Amino acid sequence: MEAHYWRDLWRYRELLGFLAWRDVKVRYQQTVLGIAWAVVQPLTSVVIFWFVFGRLAKMPSGGQPYFIVVMVGQLAWQLFANTLGNTSGSLVGSAQLISKVYFPRLIVPLSSVLVACIDFIFIFVIYVIAAVWTGTLPGIHALWLPCFIALVLLLAIGAGLWLAALTVRFRDFRILVPFLLQIGVFATPVGYRTDYLTRFKEILALNPMTGIIDAFRWCLLGGDEPFAWYSFGFTLVWTVFLLATGIWYFRRTEKTFADDI
Amino acid sequence: MSETAIKVERLSKLYRISHLASQRTVRDAVHHGMRLVWRRLRWNARPTREEFWALRDVNFEVKRGEVVGIIGRNGAGKSTLLKVLSRITEATTGRITLRGRIASLLEVGTGFHPELSGRDNIYLNGAIHGLTRAEINRKFDEIVEFADVTRFLDTPVKRYSSGMYVRLAFAVAAHLEPDILVVDEVLAVGDAAFQKKCLGKIREVSSAEGRTVLFVSHNLSSVRQLCTRAMLLEQGRVAFDGAPAAAISAYTQSDKTKSEYKHIAGDGAARITRLKMPGDAGSGAIAPIFGEIVIEIQFEAKPSAGSLEFFILVYSDEGECIAASFQTDSCPRLGAGSGGGKMSVAFRNPFAPGRYLVSAGIFDPFRQFHDWVEFAESFEVLPGFADGRAFDQRLGRVSLEAKWTP
Repeated sequence: MEAHYWRDLWRYRELLGFLAWRDVKVRYQQTVLGIAWAVVQPLTSVVIFWFVFGRLAKMPSGGQPYFIVVMVGQLAWQLFANTLGNTSGSLVGSAQLISKVYFPRLIVPLSSVLVACIDFIFIFVIYVIAAVWTGTLPGIHALWLPCFIALVLLLAIGAGLWLAALTVRFRDFRILVPFLLQIGVFATPVGYRTDYLTRFKEILALNPMTGIIDAFRWCLLGGDEPFAWYSFGFTLVWTVFLLATGIWYFRRTEKTFADDI
Repeated sequence: MSETAIKVERLSKLYRISHLASQRTVRDAVHHGMRLVWRRLRWNARPTREEFWALRDVNFEVKRGEVVGIIGRNGAGKSTLLKVLSRITEATTGRITLRGRIASLLEVGTGFHPELSGRDNIYLNGAIHGLTRAEINRKFDEIVEFADVTRFLDTPVKRYSSGMYVRLAFAVAAHLEPDILVVDEVLAVGDAAFQKKCLGKIREVSSAEGRTVLFVSHNLSSVRQLCTRAMLLEQGRVAFDGAPAAAISAYTQSDKTKSEYKHIAGDGAARITRLKMPGDAGSGAIAPIFGEIVIEIQFEAKPSAGSLEFFILVYSDEGECIAASFQTDSCPRLGAGSGGGKMSVAFRNPFAPGRYLVSAGIFDPFRQFHDWVEFAESFEVLPGFADGRAFDQRLGRVSLEAKWTP
């Protein structure tokens, strides 16, 4: 039974791509700026954070241009927030499909991960431009980046599966998720560095995204500060835990999604 | 040929109404949970009455190449059965064994995106039903041709007429080439010519290609034409399983015995006790076009009732009143003090094939109601004429019995 399910998932793999392609294609139809919107939104928040934390609050930048510090933080955060936001709303957004056709339900949240990845490419391009512009090129550590990107995705998918399945039963989560992400962007060191906040080190580390943003900065800012194993350890534990339980809960409830949705 | 395609054993599906209706938010869930605990504390574990068996102990087997019609009233469990069979939802208990790939068409245009072009939607819809890009490529031209939308392939489907939309949706589904095809009511939309084309396609799929079809419909005449076997569902159970004609007549019979007539008006001084339809002995109320239909109204009347006038109304399947006949059109009023009896009305059936509902009533001398029973009985018009000619798909709800002279 279990093997059968994963085989089905493989058989429907093209649907994954089709759904993502549909979402991307439809999103910018009948808009004037089109795909430029994918750039405008994250760039605006980078500028705001740079201004508020860097200029007004004068937080320490650790020797790098503050703009690029925020940019790298935003790179990781946007990927996480988009993935989580997309997956958690994905099932309810496809209610029509789920109540009328069979396919492995995991396809729906996974295809929305793909959409978030496409948005990530655009943000990444801005990052590269900003890095070249400010002359903050990464060193050899940058080779670790794909691993950290994968980690963000796994973490967001784990949490997203929980939220997607819960939203089917309880629509509260549809309101709760944007709210949490709004708080999260401040509770997570997107706009500031953790290495100067030693007093809050333990509390900040409880947030799984702290370890990831530390790791992103470690590999992209090319500084010689040590790798933040403390927060990264928490991230790994969270990721394994959320992913395992997320898949378990999703699989347990997906057979009756059609009844509740 | 006698290979089993579908085997269903002791299938049941329970819905908890409370889940569907009221537990939409966490607050409701907590509230509901606390109420249950409270109830349990007070009356220790009373059974909750919010449970509803949509399917109950359903057993059947379908052989490869059979076309099985599933009929029954609204809420009898037809759609639930199809959903469970096509794995959209899970049964509470029981077992289903399917041989081969199943595709279900429970709704026209599921997964169509209005912003995407016809071409894009064909690919998307194919993928939703489990086809690969290569498979869709292979059938693409055939689908477009069947749907007859070549000129509009690159137009967003939101600009399609509803007819085009339906044609495209059915075309994709019809070319899925599953081993088992499950179809629910989708032919109710679309014009007559297209419906005919769809029925033809379904027939072709089953007889020529040996595929198994499960077909839910309220349109009894298409079940009769298309199916090799029919199942009647009643309150989640299989009430009849056998030849389509027998299943249809069991269905129309059950309508009669199970339901009391609905008296929607009148002082009750005279009452209709029964409407006797033609062929009541077992074949069901079925007539061809221009065939004779005799409806016998059985009634009882108190001595206080004055002279009586009867009337009948004929409604389409959708409940629209399309014909009326009053007793005084051809017969004087019935004298008072009869105590009861029968009144017959005979006419040559002018209606197009389909299912019709009959209401009847009794007026007093001032055309005030003594009684009016709504949708009391039904009859079905076959797709053919009384003289043996087949129905010619003509337009119009009624056929005039006209005299043509050269």
